[in-house]
Amino acid sequence: MNWRMMWATNVRVLQQLRADPRSIALILVVPSVLLAVVYWLYQNEKLPPGVPRTFDRVGLMMLVIFPFVVMFLVTSITMLRERTSGTLERLLTTPIHKGDLLFGYALAFSLMAALQSLAATGVAYWVFGMNIQGNAGLVVLVAVVNSVLGVALGLLCSAFATTEFQAVQFMPVVVVPQILLCGLFVARDQMNSVLEAISNVLPLTFSVDALQQIAQHADATSAMVTDLVVVAAIVVVVLLLASLTLRRRTA
Amino acid sequence: MSHRAELPNPGAVLHAPVPAAASGGTPGTGPASVTVENLTVHRGSTDVLADLSFAIPAGRITGLLGPSGSGKTTLIRALVGVQKITAGQVSVLGRPAGDALLRNDVGYVTQAASVYRDLTVLDNIRYFGAMHGRNRADALEAATAVGLGDLLKRRAADLSGGQFSRVSLACALVAKPQLLFLDEPTVGLDPVLRADLWSQFADMAKAGTTLVISSHVMEEAGHCDSLLLLREARLLAQLTPAELRRRGGTDDLELAFLHLIQADELAQEHTPGAMRAQALGGAR
Repeated sequence: MNWRMMWATNVRVLQQLRADPRSIALILVVPSVLLAVVYWLYQNEKLPPGVPRTFDRVGLMMLVIFPFVVMFLVTSITMLRERTSGTLERLLTTPIHKGDLLFGYALAFSLMAALQSLAATGVAYWVFGMNIQGNAGLVVLVAVVNSVLGVALGLLCSAFATTEFQAVQFMPVVVVPQILLCGLFVARDQMNSVLEAISNVLPLTFSVDALQQIAQHADATSAMVTDLVVVAAIVVVVLLLASLTLRRRTA
Repeated sequence: MSHRAELPNPGAVLHAPVPAAASGGTPGTGPASVTVENLTVHRGSTDVLADLSFAIPAGRITGLLGPSGSGKTTLIRALVGVQKITAGQVSVLGRPAGDALLRNDVGYVTQAASVYRDLTVLDNIRYFGAMHGRNRADALEAATAVGLGDLLKRRAADLSGGQFSRVSLACALVAKPQLLFLDEPTVGLDPVLRADLWSQFADMAKAGTTLVISSHVMEEAGHCDSLLLLREARLLAQLTPAELRRRGGTDDLELAFLHLIQADELAQEHTPGAMRAQALGGAR
């Protein structure tokens, strides 16, 4: 690892993003708009006293799912362009280490994800009065860790796509099952045993579990820390797999 | 009309290219930058490169010429070390091609410009420069060298085709490599710019850089000190432009190359092995 090369890659990816202000606006604004939709969707629900609003549960999970989905898409397409434009092959003839490249990407996109989740979390708290036990800062932390997961999966999946159209098709394959099985729609202990077993090994499940810990407890719990460590470990494994798809010598 | 002193050439005999200098040097030209021994690359069942052996002298411009499809790009890729090879040895600056320690010293400009379209000229050059520890001043120098000093803030995607490919060149120059491989760097450039680039390549060679430049335009061969003529995956000859003119019996380099090809075909037809291969419908 060479910090200067990693930093240069981080700066370069951010410069590429900056060249596309419309994408930045979409990344920052769309989650808040969708949160508003969810808020109004449950506006008229009648709740027995003491039961938390559905918005507090669903909205909270959306805060973490957005950066995951968006960063997966943005990363897989940016990396695919890098592969198809010849710049990747060129970079790999320079002294750059594969890790510098991958971590440079991960750093740049997680900065973007942090901005996105700060904006969305701010709106959720201040505009829609989201009410949970735990600290909003922890919610942002889970969102950022989860977005790095999206970046890592995007880097890996880009190796299996040859066109941008294919890259987008990986979203239903990689992302949607995790959203379906993470406990957002049906609590995991109410799933049938096969789905529950699958759910138990999907990374997003751990992030959602961490969120539920934050929602229910005023302080960080050890279960939440464990969840985050598991997600971080999965990120490292996925990045290692992604580095195997970067070949300096090809046929 | 080579503007430089001719090299004493040991590989002037047709069909007898310079034997890969076992001593690591080509007589009379100082040490070799690159030595290739029995390089073979298969793709599927066809030979993309068949049993090539030669040496490339240091501090000179070596032209790699041949019709399209003759294996120029594959050969350059093998020398850079990004090509999987089937057999043979490629040694660059005394190390195996592609060795990690060579990555600071070897530059490679691909045929299709490989730069980031959404970055400015300067940001592109600075990024690739950063991979070699170069700073902003080095990037500005490289941009000026390719005539893009006035377009630093322009997005690469907004440049003309010729300017775009020069960004790619600048991204290699910024590293100040000892050895620079250029795959068809002058394609699509206007004549003035082409002449500029060739004189710049000559200056770089004078300063000690070894350049290997591929082209399918035989006119450009005149700018090179030494030529590798490639045809159908084989090395037809390694010689100087003057020798090519003499051997081909004409001052027109293109015509001279054609004459060499015809002589080669005749020679092959008279070889029983080649006749058998032709009868079997062999690709070579």
